[in-house]
Amino acid sequence: MALKLSEKGQHEVTRILARYPEEQSAMMPLLHLIQEDKGFISITDQLELAKLLRVPPMKVRGVVEFYTMFRGEKCGKYLIQVCHTLSCAILGAHTVVDVIRQKLGIDIGGTTKDGMFTLMKVECLGSCGTAPVMQINDDYYENLTEEKIIEILDSLK
Amino acid sequence: MAVKFEPVLTKFIDNPDQVKIDTYIRNGGYKAAEKALKSMKPEDLVKMVKDSNLRGRGGAGFPTGLKWSFVPKGTDKPVYLAVNADESEPGTFKDRLLMEKDPHQLLEGIIITAHAIGAETAYIYIRGEFFHPAKILDEAIKEAYDKKYLGKNIFGTSNNLDVYVHRGAGAYICGEETSLLNSIEGKRAYPRVKPPFPAVQGLFDCPTIINNVETLCCVTHIVNKGVNWFTSIGTEKSKGPKLFAVSGHVKKPGIYELPMSITLRDLIYDVCGGMLDEKRKLKAIIPGGSSSPVLSADTIGTQMCYDALQKHKSMLGSAGVIVMDDSVCMVDAAINLTRFYCHESCGQCTPCREGGNWLLKILESIEEGTAKPDDIDLLLNACWQVEGKTVCPFGEAMVWPIQAFVARFRDEFEEHIKYKRCPIDKDRSIRR
Ligand SMILES: Cc1cc2nc3c(=O)[nH]c(=O)nc-3n(C[C@H](O)[C@H](O)[C@H](O)COP(=O)(O)O)c2cc1C
Ligand code: SF4
Ligand code: FES
Repeated sequence: MALKLSEKGQHEVTRILARYPEEQSAMMPLLHLIQEDKGFISITDQLELAKLLRVPPMKVRGVVEFYTMFRGEKCGKYLIQVCHTLSCAILGAHTVVDVIRQKLGIDIGGTTKDGMFTLMKVECLGSCGTAPVMQINDDYYENLTEEKIIEILDSLK
Repeated sequence: MAVKFEPVLTKFIDNPDQVKIDTYIRNGGYKAAEKALKSMKPEDLVKMVKDSNLRGRGGAGFPTGLKWSFVPKGTDKPVYLAVNADESEPGTFKDRLLMEKDPHQLLEGIIITAHAIGAETAYIYIRGEFFHPAKILDEAIKEAYDKKYLGKNIFGTSNNLDVYVHRGAGAYICGEETSLLNSIEGKRAYPRVKPPFPAVQGLFDCPTIINNVETLCCVTHIVNKGVNWFTSIGTEKSKGPKLFAVSGHVKKPGIYELPMSITLRDLIYDVCGGMLDEKRKLKAIIPGGSSSPVLSADTIGTQMCYDALQKHKSMLGSAGVIVMDDSVCMVDAAINLTRFYCHESCGQCTPCREGGNWLLKILESIEEGTAKPDDIDLLLNACWQVEGKTVCPFGEAMVWPIQAFVARFRDEFEEHIKYKRCPIDKDRSIRR
Protein backbone atom coordinates (compact mmCIF):
# COMPACT_ATOMS: atom_id res chain seq x y z
CA MET A 1 0.00 0.00 0.00
CA ALA A 2 1.34 3.35 -0.98
CA LEU A 3 -0.42 5.57 1.54
CA LYS A 4 2.38 6.37 3.99
CA LEU A 5 1.32 6.57 7.63
CA SER A 6 2.92 6.02 11.02
CA GLU A 7 3.00 2.40 12.19
CA LYS A 8 -0.01 2.94 14.42
CA GLY A 9 -1.84 4.57 11.53
CA GLN A 10 -1.12 1.63 9.19
CA HIS A 11 -2.56 -0.74 11.74
CA GLU A 12 -5.72 1.37 12.00
CA VAL A 13 -6.35 1.26 8.22
CA THR A 14 -7.17 -2.45 8.22
CA ARG A 15 -9.44 -2.08 11.23
CA ILE A 16 -11.31 0.82 9.66
CA LEU A 17 -11.85 -0.95 6.34
CA ALA A 18 -13.36 -3.92 8.17
CA ARG A 19 -16.17 -1.83 9.60
CA TYR A 20 -17.97 -1.25 6.31
CA PRO A 21 -19.40 -3.45 3.57
CA GLU A 22 -18.15 -0.95 0.96
CA GLU A 23 -14.62 0.43 0.77
CA GLN A 24 -15.65 4.01 0.03
CA SER A 25 -17.25 4.23 3.48
CA ALA A 26 -13.78 4.19 4.99
CA MET A 27 -13.15 7.56 3.33
CA MET A 28 -13.92 9.86 6.26
CA PRO A 29 -12.27 7.80 8.99
CA LEU A 30 -9.16 7.49 6.82
CA LEU A 31 -9.11 11.21 6.07
CA HIS A 32 -9.31 11.86 9.82
CA LEU A 33 -6.47 9.40 10.31
CA ILE A 34 -4.28 11.06 7.68
CA GLN A 35 -4.96 14.49 9.15
CA GLU A 36 -4.16 13.32 12.69
CA ASP A 37 -0.96 11.76 11.42
CA LYS A 38 0.29 14.62 9.26
CA GLY A 39 -1.64 17.73 10.28
CA PHE A 40 -3.28 18.13 6.88
CA ILE A 41 -4.31 16.14 3.80
CA SER A 42 -1.96 16.65 0.86
CA ILE A 43 -2.88 16.11 -2.77
CA THR A 44 -0.47 13.17 -2.87
CA ASP A 45 -2.24 11.53 0.03
CA GLN A 46 -5.60 12.19 -1.60
CA LEU A 47 -4.40 10.37 -4.71
CA GLU A 48 -3.07 7.46 -2.69
CA LEU A 49 -6.31 7.24 -0.73
CA ALA A 50 -8.27 7.15 -3.98
CA LYS A 51 -6.17 4.16 -5.09
CA LEU A 52 -6.63 2.42 -1.77
CA LEU A 53 -10.41 2.86 -1.84
CA ARG A 54 -10.56 2.22 -5.59
CA VAL A 55 -12.48 5.39 -6.35
CA PRO A 56 -11.69 8.21 -8.81
CA PRO A 57 -9.44 10.89 -7.19
CA MET A 58 -12.21 13.48 -7.62
CA LYS A 59 -14.36 11.57 -5.12
CA VAL A 60 -11.71 12.05 -2.44
CA ARG A 61 -11.19 15.68 -3.41
CA GLY A 62 -14.94 16.26 -3.29
CA VAL A 63 -15.18 14.92 0.23
CA VAL A 64 -12.15 16.85 1.51
CA GLU A 65 -13.67 20.06 0.18
CA PHE A 66 -17.19 19.42 1.46
CA TYR A 67 -16.32 19.08 5.14
CA THR A 68 -14.88 22.09 6.94
CA MET A 69 -12.75 20.04 9.33
CA PHE A 70 -10.60 18.57 6.56
CA ARG A 71 -7.63 20.75 5.66
CA GLY A 72 -5.68 20.76 2.45
CA GLU A 73 -2.94 22.85 4.06
CA LYS A 74 -0.98 23.03 7.27
CA CYS A 75 -2.23 25.30 10.06
CA GLY A 76 -0.70 26.42 13.34
CA LYS A 77 0.24 23.92 16.04
CA TYR A 78 -2.84 25.08 17.91
CA LEU A 79 -5.99 25.68 15.88
CA ILE A 80 -8.27 28.04 17.78
CA GLN A 81 -11.90 27.91 16.69
CA VAL A 82 -14.23 30.41 18.31
CA CYS A 83 -17.97 29.78 18.02
CA HIS A 84 -19.90 32.84 16.89
CA THR A 85 -23.40 31.44 16.47
CA LEU A 86 -26.35 32.97 18.33
CA SER A 87 -26.03 31.68 21.92
CA CYS A 88 -22.30 32.41 21.99
CA ALA A 89 -22.74 35.67 20.07
CA ILE A 90 -25.17 37.16 22.61
CA LEU A 91 -22.82 36.21 25.44
CA GLY A 92 -19.68 37.81 24.08
CA ALA A 93 -18.17 35.64 21.34
CA HIS A 94 -17.00 38.78 19.57
CA THR A 95 -15.10 39.92 22.64
CA VAL A 96 -13.46 36.51 22.78
CA VAL A 97 -12.30 36.95 19.20
CA ASP A 98 -11.01 40.47 19.94
CA VAL A 99 -9.04 39.34 22.98
CA ILE A 100 -7.37 36.56 21.02
CA ARG A 101 -6.67 38.80 18.05
CA GLN A 102 -4.97 41.36 20.24
CA LYS A 103 -3.05 38.86 22.31
CA LEU A 104 -1.70 36.98 19.30
CA GLY A 105 -1.59 39.81 16.79
CA ILE A 106 -3.39 37.85 14.09
CA ASP A 107 -6.68 38.19 12.27
CA ILE A 108 -9.35 35.61 11.48
CA GLY A 109 -7.79 32.96 9.26
CA GLY A 110 -4.29 34.08 10.23
CA THR A 111 -1.41 32.12 11.75
CA THR A 112 1.19 33.55 14.13
CA LYS A 113 4.68 33.94 12.63
CA ASP A 114 6.09 31.23 14.90
CA GLY A 115 3.51 28.80 13.49
CA MET A 116 1.99 28.22 16.93
CA PHE A 117 -1.57 29.53 16.56
CA THR A 118 -4.22 29.77 13.85
CA LEU A 119 -7.46 31.64 14.59
CA MET A 120 -10.84 30.83 13.07
CA LYS A 121 -14.48 31.69 13.68
CA VAL A 122 -16.79 28.68 13.45
CA GLU A 123 -20.47 27.86 13.77
CA CYS A 124 -22.20 26.31 16.81
CA LEU A 125 -20.01 23.77 18.57
CA GLY A 126 -22.93 22.12 20.36
CA SER A 127 -22.00 23.56 23.72
CA CYS A 128 -24.28 26.60 23.87
CA GLY A 129 -25.10 26.21 27.58
CA THR A 130 -21.53 27.11 28.49
CA ALA A 131 -21.19 30.00 26.05
CA PRO A 132 -18.98 31.58 24.96
CA VAL A 133 -17.05 28.55 23.75
CA MET A 134 -13.95 27.84 21.73
CA GLN A 135 -12.23 24.71 20.60
CA ILE A 136 -8.45 24.40 20.50
CA ASN A 137 -7.40 21.28 18.58
CA ASP A 138 -9.51 18.50 20.17
CA ASP A 139 -10.44 20.32 23.39
CA TYR A 140 -13.37 22.55 24.28
CA TYR A 141 -12.92 25.63 26.47
CA GLU A 142 -16.18 26.89 27.93
CA ASN A 143 -17.62 29.84 29.88
CA LEU A 144 -14.80 31.99 28.54
CA THR A 145 -13.81 35.26 30.16
CA GLU A 146 -10.99 37.58 29.19
CA GLU A 147 -8.75 36.35 32.02
CA LYS A 148 -9.50 32.74 31.22
CA ILE A 149 -8.59 33.18 27.56
CA ILE A 150 -5.25 34.80 28.41
CA GLU A 151 -4.52 32.03 30.89
CA ILE A 152 -5.35 29.32 28.34
CA LEU A 153 -3.22 30.89 25.61
CA ASP A 154 -0.29 31.37 28.00
CA SER A 155 -0.45 27.71 28.99
CA LEU A 156 -0.08 26.48 25.42
CA LYS A 157 3.54 26.06 24.51
CA MET B 1 -36.78 25.04 42.61
CA ALA B 2 -40.54 24.57 42.72
CA VAL B 3 -40.62 22.35 39.67
CA LYS B 4 -39.83 18.79 40.75
CA PHE B 5 -39.14 15.83 38.51
CA GLU B 6 -37.22 12.63 39.19
CA PRO B 7 -34.70 12.41 36.34
CA VAL B 8 -34.36 9.13 34.51
CA LEU B 9 -32.18 9.76 31.46
CA THR B 10 -29.83 11.92 33.49
CA LYS B 11 -30.15 10.13 36.82
CA PHE B 12 -26.48 9.11 37.03
CA ILE B 13 -25.02 12.04 35.13
CA ASP B 14 -23.10 13.36 38.15
CA ASN B 15 -21.42 10.04 38.88
CA PRO B 16 -18.06 10.06 37.05
CA ASP B 17 -17.90 6.25 37.25
CA GLN B 18 -21.13 5.80 35.32
CA VAL B 19 -19.11 5.63 32.08
CA LYS B 20 -17.67 2.31 33.25
CA ILE B 21 -19.69 -0.77 32.39
CA ASP B 22 -19.51 -2.29 35.88
CA THR B 23 -20.95 0.80 37.50
CA TYR B 24 -23.60 1.00 34.82
CA ILE B 25 -24.56 -2.63 35.49
CA ARG B 26 -24.54 -2.09 39.25
CA ASN B 27 -27.00 0.74 38.72
CA GLY B 28 -29.40 -1.57 36.95
CA GLY B 29 -27.92 -1.34 33.46
CA TYR B 30 -28.26 -3.89 30.63
CA LYS B 31 -31.23 -5.57 32.35
CA ALA B 32 -33.58 -4.09 29.75
CA ALA B 33 -31.44 -5.34 26.88
CA GLU B 34 -31.21 -8.82 28.36
CA LYS B 35 -34.95 -8.94 28.91
CA ALA B 36 -35.70 -7.65 25.41
CA LEU B 37 -33.37 -10.10 23.68
CA LYS B 38 -34.25 -13.12 25.76
CA SER B 39 -37.98 -12.75 26.19
CA MET B 40 -39.36 -10.31 23.66
CA LYS B 41 -40.00 -10.75 19.96
CA PRO B 42 -39.15 -7.85 17.64
CA GLU B 43 -42.85 -7.22 16.99
CA ASP B 44 -43.50 -7.06 20.76
CA LEU B 45 -40.88 -4.33 21.04
CA VAL B 46 -42.26 -2.38 18.10
CA LYS B 47 -45.73 -2.56 19.65
CA MET B 48 -44.42 -1.52 23.05
CA VAL B 49 -42.67 1.55 21.66
CA LYS B 50 -45.73 2.38 19.55
CA ASP B 51 -47.93 2.16 22.65
CA SER B 52 -45.54 4.37 24.60
CA ASN B 53 -46.13 7.20 22.10
CA LEU B 54 -42.40 7.92 22.07
CA ARG B 55 -41.68 10.58 19.46
CA GLY B 56 -38.23 11.16 17.96
CA ARG B 57 -36.07 13.56 19.96
CA GLY B 58 -33.91 14.66 17.03
CA GLY B 59 -36.21 17.42 15.85
CA ALA B 60 -39.02 16.10 13.70
CA GLY B 61 -40.91 14.34 16.52
CA PHE B 62 -41.87 11.38 14.34
CA PRO B 63 -43.42 8.43 16.25
CA THR B 64 -40.56 6.01 16.85
CA GLY B 65 -42.50 2.73 16.90
CA LEU B 66 -44.27 3.63 13.67
CA LYS B 67 -40.95 4.40 11.99
CA TRP B 68 -39.57 1.02 13.04
CA SER B 69 -42.60 -0.74 11.57
CA PHE B 70 -41.71 0.59 8.10
CA VAL B 71 -38.80 -1.85 7.76
CA PRO B 72 -40.04 -4.37 5.17
CA LYS B 73 -40.98 -7.66 6.84
CA GLY B 74 -38.84 -10.64 5.90
CA THR B 75 -36.41 -8.58 3.85
CA ASP B 76 -33.42 -10.59 2.62
CA LYS B 77 -31.15 -7.54 2.79
CA PRO B 78 -29.21 -6.57 5.89
CA VAL B 79 -30.93 -3.91 8.02
CA TYR B 80 -28.94 -1.03 9.48
CA LEU B 81 -29.37 1.24 12.47
CA ALA B 82 -27.86 4.71 12.16
CA VAL B 83 -27.66 6.69 15.37
CA ASN B 84 -27.91 10.42 14.87
CA ALA B 85 -25.36 12.02 17.19
CA ASP B 86 -24.61 14.92 14.86
CA GLU B 87 -26.02 17.50 17.27
CA SER B 88 -25.30 20.54 15.11
CA GLU B 89 -28.53 22.52 15.38
CA PRO B 90 -27.58 25.79 17.10
CA GLY B 91 -28.96 25.86 20.64
CA THR B 92 -28.86 22.07 20.99
CA PHE B 93 -26.34 20.43 23.32
CA LYS B 94 -28.08 17.53 25.04
CA ASP B 95 -26.79 14.43 23.24
CA ARG B 96 -23.20 15.27 24.08
CA LEU B 97 -24.08 14.97 27.80
CA LEU B 98 -25.78 11.60 27.30
CA MET B 99 -22.79 10.23 25.40
CA GLU B 100 -20.10 11.67 27.65
CA LYS B 101 -21.65 10.78 30.99
CA ASP B 102 -23.68 7.64 30.36
CA PRO B 103 -22.56 6.00 27.10
CA HIS B 104 -23.84 2.55 28.07
CA GLN B 105 -27.37 3.87 28.39
CA LEU B 106 -27.16 4.69 24.67
CA LEU B 107 -25.54 1.35 23.79
CA GLU B 108 -28.30 -0.49 25.64
CA GLY B 109 -30.91 1.44 23.65
CA ILE B 110 -29.04 0.53 20.46
CA ILE B 111 -28.99 -3.17 21.35
CA ILE B 112 -32.74 -3.18 22.03
CA THR B 113 -33.58 -1.18 18.91
CA ALA B 114 -31.36 -3.35 16.71
CA HIS B 115 -33.30 -6.38 17.94
CA ALA B 116 -36.62 -4.65 17.23
CA ILE B 117 -35.73 -3.79 13.63
CA GLY B 118 -33.54 -6.81 12.88
CA ALA B 119 -30.25 -4.94 12.48
CA GLU B 120 -26.86 -6.59 12.97
CA THR B 121 -24.84 -3.44 12.38
CA ALA B 122 -25.24 0.01 13.90
CA TYR B 123 -23.25 3.15 13.12
CA ILE B 124 -23.16 6.02 15.56
CA TYR B 125 -22.75 9.14 13.45
CA ILE B 126 -21.17 11.72 15.74
CA ARG B 127 -20.15 15.24 14.75
CA GLY B 128 -16.42 15.53 14.15
CA GLU B 129 -15.87 18.21 16.77
CA PHE B 130 -17.02 15.79 19.49
CA PHE B 131 -13.62 14.14 19.64
CA HIS B 132 -13.76 13.28 23.34
CA PRO B 133 -17.35 11.95 23.38
CA ALA B 134 -16.37 9.73 20.42
CA LYS B 135 -13.47 8.33 22.44
CA ILE B 136 -15.73 7.66 25.42
CA LEU B 137 -18.14 5.81 23.13
CA ASP B 138 -15.29 3.77 21.63
CA GLU B 139 -14.19 2.77 25.10
CA ALA B 140 -17.75 1.85 26.14
CA ILE B 141 -18.19 -0.22 22.97
CA LYS B 142 -14.98 -2.10 23.77
CA GLU B 143 -16.25 -2.86 27.27
CA ALA B 144 -19.56 -4.09 25.89
CA TYR B 145 -17.78 -6.45 23.46
CA ASP B 146 -15.72 -7.84 26.35
CA LYS B 147 -18.90 -8.66 28.26
CA LYS B 148 -20.39 -10.23 25.11
CA TYR B 149 -23.17 -7.66 25.00
CA LEU B 150 -21.94 -6.85 21.51
CA GLY B 151 -20.53 -9.16 18.85
CA LYS B 152 -21.78 -12.67 18.13
CA ASN B 153 -24.56 -14.40 20.10
CA ILE B 154 -25.02 -11.54 22.49
CA PHE B 155 -26.55 -12.31 25.89
CA GLY B 156 -26.30 -15.95 24.86
CA THR B 157 -29.00 -15.54 22.20
CA SER B 158 -28.78 -15.98 18.44
CA ASN B 159 -28.54 -12.19 18.02
CA ASN B 160 -25.41 -10.61 16.56
CA LEU B 161 -24.62 -6.92 16.69
CA ASP B 162 -21.64 -4.80 15.73
CA VAL B 163 -21.55 -1.13 16.69
CA TYR B 164 -19.13 1.38 15.15
CA VAL B 165 -18.53 5.07 15.71
CA HIS B 166 -18.41 7.11 12.50
CA ARG B 167 -17.10 10.64 12.94
CA GLY B 168 -18.40 13.55 10.88
CA ALA B 169 -16.16 16.42 9.89
CA GLY B 170 -17.92 19.71 10.39
CA ALA B 171 -21.07 19.96 8.28
CA TYR B 172 -24.42 20.80 9.86
CA ILE B 173 -26.35 19.21 7.03
CA CYS B 174 -25.13 15.74 8.11
CA GLY B 175 -27.80 15.87 10.84
CA GLU B 176 -30.42 15.52 8.12
CA GLU B 177 -30.94 11.78 7.98
CA THR B 178 -30.33 11.04 4.30
CA SER B 179 -27.33 13.33 4.18
CA LEU B 180 -26.02 11.43 7.19
CA LEU B 181 -26.30 8.19 5.21
CA ASN B 182 -24.34 9.61 2.29
CA SER B 183 -21.72 10.76 4.75
CA ILE B 184 -21.37 7.23 6.17
CA GLU B 185 -21.03 5.99 2.59
CA GLY B 186 -17.98 8.22 2.18
CA LYS B 187 -19.63 10.75 -0.10
CA ARG B 188 -20.31 14.46 -0.09
CA ALA B 189 -23.22 14.79 2.31
CA TYR B 190 -25.99 15.76 -0.10
CA PRO B 191 -29.49 14.95 1.18
CA ARG B 192 -31.34 12.40 -0.93
CA VAL B 193 -34.72 12.81 -2.55
CA LYS B 194 -37.46 10.98 -0.62
CA PRO B 195 -39.09 8.58 -1.40
CA PRO B 196 -37.57 6.04 -1.24
CA PHE B 197 -37.53 6.42 2.52
CA PRO B 198 -34.49 5.12 4.40
CA ALA B 199 -36.56 2.50 6.24
CA VAL B 200 -36.97 0.82 2.84
CA GLN B 201 -33.82 1.94 1.01
CA GLY B 202 -31.20 3.63 3.13
CA LEU B 203 -27.59 2.87 3.91
CA PHE B 204 -25.93 0.85 1.10
CA ASP B 205 -29.45 0.65 -0.44
CA CYS B 206 -30.61 -1.48 2.49
CA PRO B 207 -33.43 -0.82 4.98
CA THR B 208 -32.15 1.66 7.59
CA ILE B 209 -33.62 3.21 10.69
CA ILE B 210 -32.19 6.54 11.83
CA ASN B 211 -32.82 7.59 15.42
CA ASN B 212 -31.52 10.33 17.65
CA VAL B 213 -29.35 9.57 20.70
CA GLU B 214 -31.97 10.70 23.23
CA THR B 215 -34.71 8.70 21.46
CA LEU B 216 -32.68 5.51 21.85
CA CYS B 217 -31.92 6.28 25.49
CA CYS B 218 -35.68 6.53 26.11
CA VAL B 219 -36.19 3.07 24.59
CA THR B 220 -34.07 1.47 27.32
CA HIS B 221 -36.29 2.92 30.04
CA ILE B 222 -39.54 2.03 28.29
CA VAL B 223 -38.46 -1.62 28.33
CA ASN B 224 -37.36 -1.30 31.96
CA LYS B 225 -40.23 0.63 33.45
CA GLY B 226 -43.04 -0.12 31.05
CA VAL B 227 -45.43 1.71 28.77
CA ASN B 228 -47.65 2.97 31.59
CA TRP B 229 -44.76 4.65 33.34
CA PHE B 230 -43.77 6.45 30.12
CA THR B 231 -47.26 7.58 29.20
CA SER B 232 -47.90 8.84 32.75
CA ILE B 233 -45.38 11.63 32.12
CA GLY B 234 -46.12 14.75 30.09
CA THR B 235 -49.13 15.95 28.13
CA GLU B 236 -51.65 14.17 25.93
CA LYS B 237 -49.47 13.92 22.83
CA SER B 238 -46.04 14.52 24.33
CA LYS B 239 -45.07 11.60 26.53
CA GLY B 240 -42.03 10.71 28.55
CA PRO B 241 -39.09 12.60 30.02
CA LYS B 242 -37.42 15.19 27.80
CA LEU B 243 -34.10 16.97 27.92
CA PHE B 244 -34.27 20.74 27.57
CA ALA B 245 -31.03 22.48 26.70
CA VAL B 246 -31.30 26.11 27.73
CA SER B 247 -28.80 28.76 26.66
CA GLY B 248 -28.60 32.53 26.37
CA HIS B 249 -29.61 35.19 28.87
CA VAL B 250 -30.62 33.08 31.90
CA LYS B 251 -28.88 32.76 35.26
CA LYS B 252 -28.47 28.99 35.09
CA PRO B 253 -28.19 27.73 31.52
CA GLY B 254 -27.81 23.98 31.14
CA ILE B 255 -29.55 20.69 30.45
CA TYR B 256 -32.69 19.88 32.40
CA GLU B 257 -34.75 16.71 32.27
CA LEU B 258 -38.43 17.53 32.62
CA PRO B 259 -41.89 16.49 31.51
CA MET B 260 -43.11 18.39 28.44
CA SER B 261 -45.99 19.78 30.50
CA ILE B 262 -43.57 22.39 31.87
CA THR B 263 -44.32 25.94 30.85
CA LEU B 264 -41.77 28.18 29.27
CA ARG B 265 -42.26 30.53 32.22
CA ASP B 266 -41.32 27.87 34.78
CA LEU B 267 -38.43 26.75 32.65
CA ILE B 268 -36.94 30.24 32.48
CA TYR B 269 -37.87 31.76 35.82
CA ASP B 270 -37.86 28.72 38.07
CA VAL B 271 -35.62 26.02 36.62
CA CYS B 272 -33.08 28.39 35.07
CA GLY B 273 -33.20 30.99 37.85
CA GLY B 274 -34.58 33.86 35.78
CA MET B 275 -32.93 36.41 33.54
CA LEU B 276 -29.16 36.73 33.63
CA ASP B 277 -29.32 40.51 34.04
CA GLU B 278 -32.39 41.30 36.12
CA LYS B 279 -32.46 44.87 34.85
CA ARG B 280 -33.08 43.52 31.38
CA LYS B 281 -36.44 42.30 30.09
CA LEU B 282 -37.16 38.96 28.45
CA LYS B 283 -37.66 39.67 24.76
CA ALA B 284 -37.56 36.55 22.61
CA ILE B 285 -37.26 32.79 22.94
CA ILE B 286 -36.29 30.23 20.34
CA PRO B 287 -37.92 27.09 21.78
CA GLY B 288 -36.53 24.16 19.79
CA GLY B 289 -33.17 24.82 18.19
CA SER B 290 -32.33 27.54 15.68
CA SER B 291 -34.73 26.23 13.03
CA SER B 292 -37.81 26.64 15.23
CA PRO B 293 -39.73 29.91 14.83
CA VAL B 294 -38.94 32.49 17.52
CA LEU B 295 -41.53 33.35 20.20
CA SER B 296 -42.09 36.71 21.87
CA ALA B 297 -42.09 37.16 25.64
CA ASP B 298 -45.89 37.24 25.86
CA THR B 299 -46.11 33.52 24.98
CA ILE B 300 -44.23 32.21 28.02
CA GLY B 301 -47.42 30.65 29.36
CA THR B 302 -47.10 27.93 26.71
CA GLN B 303 -46.30 24.36 27.64
CA MET B 304 -43.13 23.01 26.08
CA CYS B 305 -44.82 20.16 24.24
CA TYR B 306 -45.29 19.33 20.56
CA ASP B 307 -48.90 20.47 20.17
CA ALA B 308 -48.83 23.60 22.36
CA LEU B 309 -45.82 24.98 20.52
CA GLN B 310 -47.42 24.15 17.20
CA LYS B 311 -50.42 26.22 18.26
CA HIS B 312 -48.03 29.12 18.71
CA LYS B 313 -46.79 28.51 15.14
CA SER B 314 -43.49 27.18 16.40
CA MET B 315 -42.19 23.72 17.31
CA LEU B 316 -40.46 21.73 20.01
CA GLY B 317 -37.77 20.66 17.52
CA SER B 318 -34.69 19.56 19.43
CA ALA B 319 -35.82 21.39 22.61
CA GLY B 320 -32.76 23.62 22.48
CA VAL B 321 -34.12 26.79 24.08
CA ILE B 322 -32.33 30.07 23.34
CA VAL B 323 -33.37 32.93 25.61
CA MET B 324 -32.77 36.55 24.59
CA ASP B 325 -33.21 39.73 26.61
CA ASP B 326 -33.93 43.21 25.27
CA SER B 327 -30.26 43.93 24.54
CA VAL B 328 -30.61 41.78 21.42
CA CYS B 329 -31.73 43.33 18.14
CA MET B 330 -34.06 40.97 16.33
CA VAL B 331 -32.70 41.89 12.90
CA ASP B 332 -29.19 41.25 14.17
CA ALA B 333 -30.24 37.88 15.59
CA ALA B 334 -31.94 36.95 12.33
CA ILE B 335 -28.76 37.85 10.46
CA ASN B 336 -26.63 35.74 12.80
CA LEU B 337 -28.79 32.67 12.12
CA THR B 338 -29.16 33.33 8.40
CA ARG B 339 -25.39 33.62 8.14
CA PHE B 340 -25.21 30.19 9.78
CA TYR B 341 -27.63 28.70 7.26
CA CYS B 342 -25.88 30.31 4.30
CA HIS B 343 -22.63 28.81 5.45
CA GLU B 344 -24.15 25.36 5.97
CA SER B 345 -26.26 24.95 2.81
CA CYS B 346 -24.98 21.90 0.95
CA GLY B 347 -25.46 23.81 -2.29
CA GLN B 348 -27.45 21.12 -4.06
CA CYS B 349 -30.62 23.13 -4.77
CA THR B 350 -30.64 26.61 -6.26
CA PRO B 351 -33.36 28.19 -4.04
CA CYS B 352 -31.46 27.23 -0.89
CA ARG B 353 -27.94 28.00 -2.15
CA GLU B 354 -28.75 31.33 -3.81
CA GLY B 355 -31.75 32.28 -1.68
CA GLY B 356 -29.69 32.30 1.48
CA ASN B 357 -27.36 34.97 0.15
CA TRP B 358 -30.28 37.13 -0.95
CA LEU B 359 -31.92 36.83 2.44
CA LEU B 360 -28.69 37.81 4.11
CA LYS B 361 -28.25 40.81 1.82
CA ILE B 362 -31.74 42.13 2.50
CA LEU B 363 -31.47 41.59 6.25
CA GLU B 364 -28.11 43.37 6.36
CA SER B 365 -29.50 46.35 4.49
CA ILE B 366 -32.30 46.57 7.06
CA GLU B 367 -29.83 46.42 9.95
CA GLU B 368 -27.59 49.01 8.33
CA GLY B 369 -30.47 51.39 7.68
CA THR B 370 -30.22 51.38 3.90
CA ALA B 371 -33.36 49.35 3.22
CA LYS B 372 -36.54 50.73 1.60
CA PRO B 373 -40.01 50.32 3.18
CA ASP B 374 -41.06 47.52 0.82
CA ASP B 375 -37.88 45.53 1.50
CA ILE B 376 -39.65 43.67 4.32
CA ASP B 377 -42.07 42.31 1.75
CA LEU B 378 -39.15 41.54 -0.53
CA LEU B 379 -37.60 39.59 2.34
CA LEU B 380 -40.78 37.60 2.89
CA ASN B 381 -41.10 36.98 -0.81
CA ALA B 382 -37.55 35.64 -0.92
CA CYS B 383 -38.45 33.31 1.97
CA TRP B 384 -41.43 32.09 0.01
CA GLN B 385 -39.17 31.40 -2.98
CA VAL B 386 -37.23 28.92 -0.84
CA GLU B 387 -39.99 27.36 1.27
CA GLY B 388 -41.17 23.98 -0.03
CA LYS B 389 -38.97 24.24 -3.11
CA THR B 390 -35.93 22.28 -1.99
CA VAL B 391 -34.76 18.68 -1.70
CA CYS B 392 -34.56 18.65 2.09
CA PRO B 393 -36.19 20.55 4.97
CA PHE B 394 -33.08 22.70 5.41
CA GLY B 395 -34.76 25.26 3.16
CA GLU B 396 -37.59 25.65 5.67
CA ALA B 397 -35.13 25.56 8.56
CA MET B 398 -33.50 28.64 7.03
CA VAL B 399 -36.63 30.67 6.24
CA TRP B 400 -39.01 29.80 9.08
CA PRO B 401 -36.90 31.66 11.65
CA ILE B 402 -36.79 34.76 9.43
CA GLN B 403 -40.55 34.68 8.82
CA ALA B 404 -41.13 34.39 12.57
CA PHE B 405 -38.73 37.22 13.43
CA VAL B 406 -40.66 39.44 11.03
CA ALA B 407 -44.10 38.25 12.14
CA ARG B 408 -43.43 38.78 15.83
CA PHE B 409 -41.16 41.81 15.71
CA ARG B 410 -42.32 43.62 12.60
CA ASP B 411 -42.31 46.99 14.40
CA GLU B 412 -38.63 46.60 15.09
CA PHE B 413 -37.89 45.80 11.45
CA GLU B 414 -39.92 48.85 10.37
CA GLU B 415 -38.17 51.14 12.85
CA HIS B 416 -34.81 50.19 11.34
CA ILE B 417 -36.07 51.35 7.98
CA LYS B 418 -37.83 54.46 9.26
CA TYR B 419 -34.89 55.80 11.28
CA LYS B 420 -32.28 54.45 8.87
CA ARG B 421 -30.36 52.82 11.71
CA CYS B 422 -30.66 50.11 14.37
CA PRO B 423 -32.89 51.41 17.16
CA ILE B 424 -31.70 48.94 19.79
CA ASP B 425 -29.39 50.08 22.56
CA LYS B 426 -26.80 47.33 22.17
CA ASP B 427 -23.10 47.03 22.96
CA ARG B 428 -22.18 45.73 19.56
CA SER B 429 -23.54 43.86 16.62
CA ILE B 430 -23.54 40.07 16.77
CA ARG B 431 -24.11 39.37 13.14
CA ARG B 432 -20.59 38.73 11.80
C1 LIG C 1 -31.23 20.31 8.41
C2 LIG C 1 -31.51 19.24 9.40
C3 LIG C 1 -30.64 19.01 10.46
C4 LIG C 1 -30.88 18.01 11.39
N1 LIG C 1 -29.99 17.83 12.41
C5 LIG C 1 -30.21 16.83 13.30
C6 LIG C 1 -29.26 16.57 14.34
O1 LIG C 1 -28.23 17.26 14.47
N2 LIG C 1 -29.50 15.54 15.20
C7 LIG C 1 -30.63 14.76 15.08
O2 LIG C 1 -30.80 13.85 15.86
N3 LIG C 1 -31.55 15.00 14.11
C8 LIG C 1 -31.35 15.99 13.22
N4 LIG C 1 -32.27 16.20 12.21
C9 LIG C 1 -33.45 15.30 12.14
C10 LIG C 1 -33.13 14.02 11.37
O3 LIG C 1 -33.27 14.25 9.99
C11 LIG C 1 -34.04 12.87 11.76
O4 LIG C 1 -35.36 13.29 11.70
C12 LIG C 1 -33.78 12.32 13.14
O5 LIG C 1 -32.44 12.01 13.33
C13 LIG C 1 -34.60 11.07 13.33
O6 LIG C 1 -34.43 10.54 14.63
P1 LIG C 1 -35.60 10.61 15.70
O7 LIG C 1 -36.85 10.16 15.01
O8 LIG C 1 -35.14 9.68 16.77
O9 LIG C 1 -35.68 12.01 16.14
C14 LIG C 1 -32.04 17.22 11.28
C15 LIG C 1 -32.93 17.46 10.23
C16 LIG C 1 -32.68 18.46 9.30
C17 LIG C 1 -33.65 18.67 8.20
S1 SF4 D 1 -32.37 22.46 0.84
FE1 SF4 D 1 -30.28 23.27 1.00
S2 SF4 D 1 -29.27 21.84 2.37
FE2 SF4 D 1 -31.15 20.78 1.64
S3 SF4 D 1 -30.48 19.65 -0.18
FE3 SF4 D 1 -31.17 21.64 -0.90
S4 SF4 D 1 -29.27 22.90 -0.96
FE4 SF4 D 1 -28.86 21.12 0.31
S1 FES E 1 -23.85 28.74 19.77
FE1 FES E 1 -21.81 28.51 20.41
S2 FES E 1 -21.73 26.43 21.00
FE2 FES E 1 -23.76 26.63 20.24
